[in-house]
Amino acid sequence: MTVLSPPTGTRHILTKRPFTFRRWFRQTGWRHLVGVIMCVFAAFPLLYVLSASLHPGGTLITANGLFSEIDLGSYVTLFNLPQQPYADWYANTLTIGVVTSVCTVFLGALAAYSFSRMRFRGRRTGLLMLLLVQMFPQLLAVVAIFLLLNGISDVFPLIGLDSQIGLIMVYLGGALGVNTYLMYGFFNTIPASIDEAAKIDGAGHARIFFTIILRLVAPILAVVGLLSFVGTTNEFVIASVVLISPEKQTLAVGLYQFVSQEFSSNYSVFAAGAVLAALPVMALFLWLQKYIVGGLTAGSVK
Amino acid sequence: MTRSGTPRNAAQVKKAAQSRRAGRIADAASVGVKVLLTKILLLGIVDAISVYALFVLALTQDWLVFTAVLLVALLVNVIYFRRGGLPAKYLTPGLIFLAVFQIFVIGYTGYIAFTNYGTGHNSTKDDAISSLIVSSQQRVPDSPSYALTILERLGTYSFLVTDPAGRVSVGDEITPLSRVTDAETDASGQAIALPGFTSLGFSDIVANQERIAALSVPLSNDPNDGTLRTPDGSSAYLYLSDLVYDEAADTLSDTTQNVVYTANGTTGSFVADDGTELLPGWKVEVGFDNFTKAFTTDSIRGPLISVTVWTFVFAFLSVGTAFALGLFLAIVFNDLRMRGRNVYRVILILPYAFPGFLSALVWAGMLNPQFGFVNQVLFGGAEIPWLTNEWLAKFSIILVNLWLTFPYMFLVTTGALQSIPEELQEAATVDGAKPWAIFRLIKLPLLLVSVAPLLIASFAFAFNNFNLVYMLTNGGPRDVTAGVNVGATDILITMVYKVAFDGANRDYGLASAFSIVIFVLVAAVSIISFRQTKALEELN
Repeated sequence: MTVLSPPTGTRHILTKRPFTFRRWFRQTGWRHLVGVIMCVFAAFPLLYVLSASLHPGGTLITANGLFSEIDLGSYVTLFNLPQQPYADWYANTLTIGVVTSVCTVFLGALAAYSFSRMRFRGRRTGLLMLLLVQMFPQLLAVVAIFLLLNGISDVFPLIGLDSQIGLIMVYLGGALGVNTYLMYGFFNTIPASIDEAAKIDGAGHARIFFTIILRLVAPILAVVGLLSFVGTTNEFVIASVVLISPEKQTLAVGLYQFVSQEFSSNYSVFAAGAVLAALPVMALFLWLQKYIVGGLTAGSVK
Repeated sequence: MTRSGTPRNAAQVKKAAQSRRAGRIADAASVGVKVLLTKILLLGIVDAISVYALFVLALTQDWLVFTAVLLVALLVNVIYFRRGGLPAKYLTPGLIFLAVFQIFVIGYTGYIAFTNYGTGHNSTKDDAISSLIVSSQQRVPDSPSYALTILERLGTYSFLVTDPAGRVSVGDEITPLSRVTDAETDASGQAIALPGFTSLGFSDIVANQERIAALSVPLSNDPNDGTLRTPDGSSAYLYLSDLVYDEAADTLSDTTQNVVYTANGTTGSFVADDGTELLPGWKVEVGFDNFTKAFTTDSIRGPLISVTVWTFVFAFLSVGTAFALGLFLAIVFNDLRMRGRNVYRVILILPYAFPGFLSALVWAGMLNPQFGFVNQVLFGGAEIPWLTNEWLAKFSIILVNLWLTFPYMFLVTTGALQSIPEELQEAATVDGAKPWAIFRLIKLPLLLVSVAPLLIASFAFAFNNFNLVYMLTNGGPRDVTAGVNVGATDILITMVYKVAFDGANRDYGLASAFSIVIFVLVAAVSIISFRQTKALEELN
């Protein structure tokens, strides 16, 4: 992008007009004004929560004195609350998120590979069906999911209610659908001649898939994996219904309950929990943002 | 798409056949030992789990699920051991999860919508009868005392009892007492252990006394014979119920009060002549009752309509405001002369990177009427009821949603704007068009063509934006006149959740009926708007 944009200076020399503040403001200055206002709007709540988390023993009202005192006490308290196993929630969220996103990427890639590279009966119908099924979000079926897992509990307690494996399996129900579509489009951009060359060299389909294709489509795998990780971390409805014991819950479920019990009196502890909870997601996001922007717009811009 | 796969002339047919053959030979040659071993190992795990499940299902005599599991397990083995059928090998893993946790649960939701499933009606008729009988049990005043040892196996407790006549039997909550002969006895003739079970010591009994006190072991298969219970873990007594079940007449009679309750197949409960209902009842199909209840009961219809209207308003406004702001910012920052655009962009997408459920909770703190930052600092201590006044709560939801979603729209519209060729603008400028006209007549239509599908997807997402509403206002302020637990900012999906899981009275049937209504609405809106987008594409 930097290559495309000519330095502002060059243009002035070309047009040979003297610099005036008014013209600068009309052309680009007001854009900076909008930018600054929007940045305050976008970043303020995040700074607020960070400052609240650093306030020692803070309540909601002390949080208003932004960064007036700085202390890590709330972060220590957070891990020592007897009824709120924050460390467990954190570990559960990461485990469920990572396992779900890895499996989602894998299942989606398998499906996208077959839709993109193989020609078989029902291929078009299959693609269309995935799109249709996706119109009914799992969220709506939460009652049925609850009752289904309740039924499974009688036979197979390991994957029934109050089981994280059960929850991951529910999430994997949505592994195809949109993800297959995103990946399918990307797989199609990898020339089939690469597969054919490998086939001539004696590689089987499994080897082509695992060692060649998966490497070439790495960017879309990253996007789908991240979106699925973020989605799982944010998921509240199904997790709150499936996970019952406090030490098995995720951050979304646990922190919500923490908030509904002692919000204003213990705000800095909640804020510390929120900051820590947001860190991995935001770090991943900023690290992979180039791919994400590409992935999001790939679907829309033909 | 299919055309590229369908060869069009003889030469191509021959070539395709050759390449297929080559592919097969290559596949056969390259299947290494490692791949084969992995395959066998994975299938082995799947089969082991299936066999275990089949075994348990056979024990519980759940033949319908048994058949389903058996068929799926066989199908999976056939697919992976058969030569050929390659696409199936790649699709099966994902499809199994899709079939169970997406397609089946959709169908199951449909089924539940036609039942009275919920608090008081969540099991079969037999379960309801035995739980009614057990719950009205009283200890028989002069009943004999049974010497008792509590046994444990795989987490379930059993009673090992020696009756006054010296006969030893064993049973647990599900299996009635049956005679055993191989029990170990102590000097007094009391059975104290049974092979295959662990006998609980005194300390174990103390540690689990609540669970043990709640145990009731049926004396025989007939629930009217009563059950054994233990107050202390060392002796058991006979408990008989006030209620007696008469299978032929299908009635429960209360022996002390002289009331007869008759099974009612339409409500799924035992009802006396005067209309008193015994709960728990059992699950029955009630036809369209839930739907008629939703649309004809005034205390539910009113809230349902207002919630539906607000859901649409919320979804339109949240997509509209975010798209407008995102587009505006995209245009503002789409100027190559502007310095530091990347810095702005990174800061602007921060809200998108922050986990959504936390955003709602953080904003709930900032908008708190008494202590929140907005009132205390920005409005100098005014107590503006941001989240508790009906209209302000609606406004707050839209505002927070805007904060959450404008970065996404900004990213998407930036991408779409940059893909519109510069030449169009130049050509229009040469023709004498003003910038605003260029934007409105040329750029916006082109932009909409590529962004419209995403807008529809965003609409569907906003329609079901559970986290924001539930965590910011919890649907409040509550509408006290409503027959269901809803408030002014509740959208349909939070209403479903509250009806099904909030509070003591859960109504799964009604909640599922609402789910079906939502699905129909979302599907209709999506289909109509996709048609519209097709029309847009023809413009192109």
